[in-house]
Amino acid sequence: MSYIVDRRLNAKNKSTVNRQRFLERYRKHIRKAVSDAVDSRSITDMDRGEEVSIPADDVSQPIFNHGQGGSRSIVHPGNREFVQGDRIARPSGGGGAGGGEGEASNSGEGEDDFVFQLSQEEFLEFLFDDLALPNLTKRALKGNASFKYEHAGFTTDGVPAKLSVLRSLKAAKARRIALSGESRRLLKAARAELERATAEGDEVGARRLMLEIEQLEKRLNRVPFLDTNDLRYNLHVKRPVPTSQAVMFCLMDVSGSMDQQIKDMAKRFYLLLYMFLKRHYERTDIVFIRHHTVAKEVDEQEFFYSRETGGTVVSSALRLMKEVIDARYSPNEWNIYGAQASDGDNWNDDSPICRKLLEDDLLPLVQYFAYVEITKRNHQALWREYQQVARRFPETFAQRQIMEVSDIFPVFHELFQKREAA
Amino acid sequence: MSRKPLSEGSAWSFELIEAYDREIGRIAEAHGLDTYPNQIEIIRSDQMMDAYASIGMPLGYNHWSFGKQFVEVEKSYQSGAMGLAYEIVINSNPCISYLMEENSMTMQALVIAHACYGHNSFFKGNYLFRTWTDASAIIDYLLFARNYISSCEERYGVAEVEKVLDSCHALMNYGVDRYKRPYPISAEEEKRRQAERAEYVQRNLNDLWRTLPKAQSVDTSDEVTFPAEPQENLLYFIEKHAPLLEPWQREIVRIVRKIAQYFYPQRQTQVMNEGWASFWHYTLINRLYDEGLVTDGFMMEFLSSHTSVLFQPGFDHPVYNGINPYALGFAIYSDLKRMCDAPTDEDREWFPDIAGANWLEVLPAAMRDFKDESFIQQFMSPRVMREFRLFGILDDDEDSEIEVRAIHDHGGYRRVRELLASQYNLGDQTPNIQVVKVDVKGDRSLTLGHTQHQRRPLGASTEDVLKHLHRLWGFPVVLESTWQDEVVSTHRCPAETATGQDAA
Repeated sequence: MSYIVDRRLNAKNKSTVNRQRFLERYRKHIRKAVSDAVDSRSITDMDRGEEVSIPADDVSQPIFNHGQGGSRSIVHPGNREFVQGDRIARPSGGGGAGGGEGEASNSGEGEDDFVFQLSQEEFLEFLFDDLALPNLTKRALKGNASFKYEHAGFTTDGVPAKLSVLRSLKAAKARRIALSGESRRLLKAARAELERATAEGDEVGARRLMLEIEQLEKRLNRVPFLDTNDLRYNLHVKRPVPTSQAVMFCLMDVSGSMDQQIKDMAKRFYLLLYMFLKRHYERTDIVFIRHHTVAKEVDEQEFFYSRETGGTVVSSALRLMKEVIDARYSPNEWNIYGAQASDGDNWNDDSPICRKLLEDDLLPLVQYFAYVEITKRNHQALWREYQQVARRFPETFAQRQIMEVSDIFPVFHELFQKREAA
Repeated sequence: MSRKPLSEGSAWSFELIEAYDREIGRIAEAHGLDTYPNQIEIIRSDQMMDAYASIGMPLGYNHWSFGKQFVEVEKSYQSGAMGLAYEIVINSNPCISYLMEENSMTMQALVIAHACYGHNSFFKGNYLFRTWTDASAIIDYLLFARNYISSCEERYGVAEVEKVLDSCHALMNYGVDRYKRPYPISAEEEKRRQAERAEYVQRNLNDLWRTLPKAQSVDTSDEVTFPAEPQENLLYFIEKHAPLLEPWQREIVRIVRKIAQYFYPQRQTQVMNEGWASFWHYTLINRLYDEGLVTDGFMMEFLSSHTSVLFQPGFDHPVYNGINPYALGFAIYSDLKRMCDAPTDEDREWFPDIAGANWLEVLPAAMRDFKDESFIQQFMSPRVMREFRLFGILDDDEDSEIEVRAIHDHGGYRRVRELLASQYNLGDQTPNIQVVKVDVKGDRSLTLGHTQHQRRPLGASTEDVLKHLHRLWGFPVVLESTWQDEVVSTHRCPAETATGQDAA
């Protein structure tokens, strides 16, 4: 007889460990493939897996085998015109001679790369490998403003909605067994006695026993099926949870000097930051602020694609950011990140104001503020003012220059590199 | 045709699988098939990929190469380049067969007949499996191996364990005793004796490597050669004699060696095993049809997958990839039955003992006592050679052309059969490499001898394998390749110091 077992409900991903080990072993190759992908991909599909190819030589597992050469006899099927003693020109393209013997599969595969698909999760894992959000722990401990309920065992009283049926019936059964034990033992004995009495024809005894049985059954029936004492309720306790939400402010100059190419680069940078934050926080909001001489909060589409002309007043954006924080994102509840992209143009008079705004109003509130300057030209006043900010707030402020698309990921990587705990 | 078919549609259910299994089992028993009890497991396609990746072992230790395998299977499956096998069957007692849930009822029935009765009876009957593997102990042993290796990982680190496993895997094909009967695997025993063994081996080693403080005046004439005779089982030799291995490393070498030994019979009986299973699924299902238990539609589906499994493209066909073991094995077994039932004059001349005999006796004998090589040599009839239109060629690199040595005609049958049989000789397929010498008193170097077969040199990865061997041995390793008693090439690891500059 055969046993038939349904294994379909067994755990998935039995090979996960082996897969992880494989990825770990070829980390170097995969890292390279991932960072190449960031450079070449279009902006909108950063969030998917990637095909990785590794040179076949690097993943091969060597064994002793026969090389080309020597003499070999091989039997093939499907003869049509050959007779014994025929001489055939050797087929070109090496000594494959029709695929080789039986199952010699490694001879046919040749020099192809070993190609496989990295899942989206693994892709991001490798993308943000050894990066960390600065100052994450500091704020995570701070914000204890929200709570969640956790299961914490059972209690004997509570609201009906939290009744635990299983536990209650268990308790009821235990009580019934305990309370009726003596009566059931007597009942059993009486029944046996009755059987014996009827068999012996002892009618008086039988009648007495029947009465006794009736009494006992009545007593047993009086033990209630479910009693108030039996009821059990699920207990939930309120636990504070560290704030796990972030808001990201994207600040961008949209004045005439910012062309579409520069905006694209900025967008890539924002996107990386957004994906990175999303991995760390349960909830991530984005606020888009664009500015020329005046700042305005806009949606994504407008942020990246509408064109404006005119001069540039960076401080307007910083001011608006402060206003938005005050109005909607209390630093007690939110981890605040700022990312500003610009080509470096600003009214010269405005740059010292920007520095002051950052130092006094914004940096005390935010986790981190990164400024990227996308330009190939020399730095201007804004960069120099920000340098002073960076000196005073090395923990929370950083600035970098991006010249080409291929700089974006390295710069991002540099900004968020894991640091030694200070 | 009076009976009602077991099922009409193509959907399967557990009740139906049970019903089909019962009927197929009944017919198999009537034909005298002796099997282990069956354990049929229904799995999903991703579980099938898991099973693939761990080379069919129901529980394997962790290693990156299985991950690589998985990634490869997953990719070709998802891109549609490859279908998954309908089943995997494990040589264990009870015999475990995996059935995929995607299969139709017909396919499930085919697979039950093929695996649960065909392969199963082969595992139980064939002499190689009987002597080399212990079906009742394998699952426990694999579990032991897995736990042992993961405890090593905890203690010595994943990277260290991985190194040893990498090296062992490189030598896995040289971890089998080809001639000596191995001790049966038993997990209980292994566990109990493992500590004892570790200590014992270590002590013996010290004896072998004891360096007596004698002066340098050792006379070369009384130099002991060690080992006394060449050793073919490289992993066994390493396990017992490698000077520097830790006890746990020796145990891992042993585990890989034992598993290699377990799979060795399968590598030697591909044609027979698949041919036998195919013959029986064909016979059993046809019998079901004769009894009216399956419908015409069922039969159409069955025959269509039966023929595609047994398809043998010719050598010039674009998908040709060697001889299909299913097709060849099936043809030989079917032809044996035909010779018993309706012998021709040719059969009487070639197989006087078989022609006209009872096929229910001839076939089991042809399954029990042979491996592929001897099976083909013994039972492939001229008729099968004609059907396959087999021809043997000689591909010699000293000759500018390829010579056709024999074809499926009167003068060539014996030659073709001989050539094909030797093609299934594992000894010819893998290079013949043995341990010939250890320089016990000198630099402790290990010398391997490779005896070339028909002047065939070693492949490109030889140097890499030597690196692995060097890692296990701990001292220099030399491989000498000889042809007609002359050394034609020498590989060394590490490369000699004189040429140390270009050592990669």
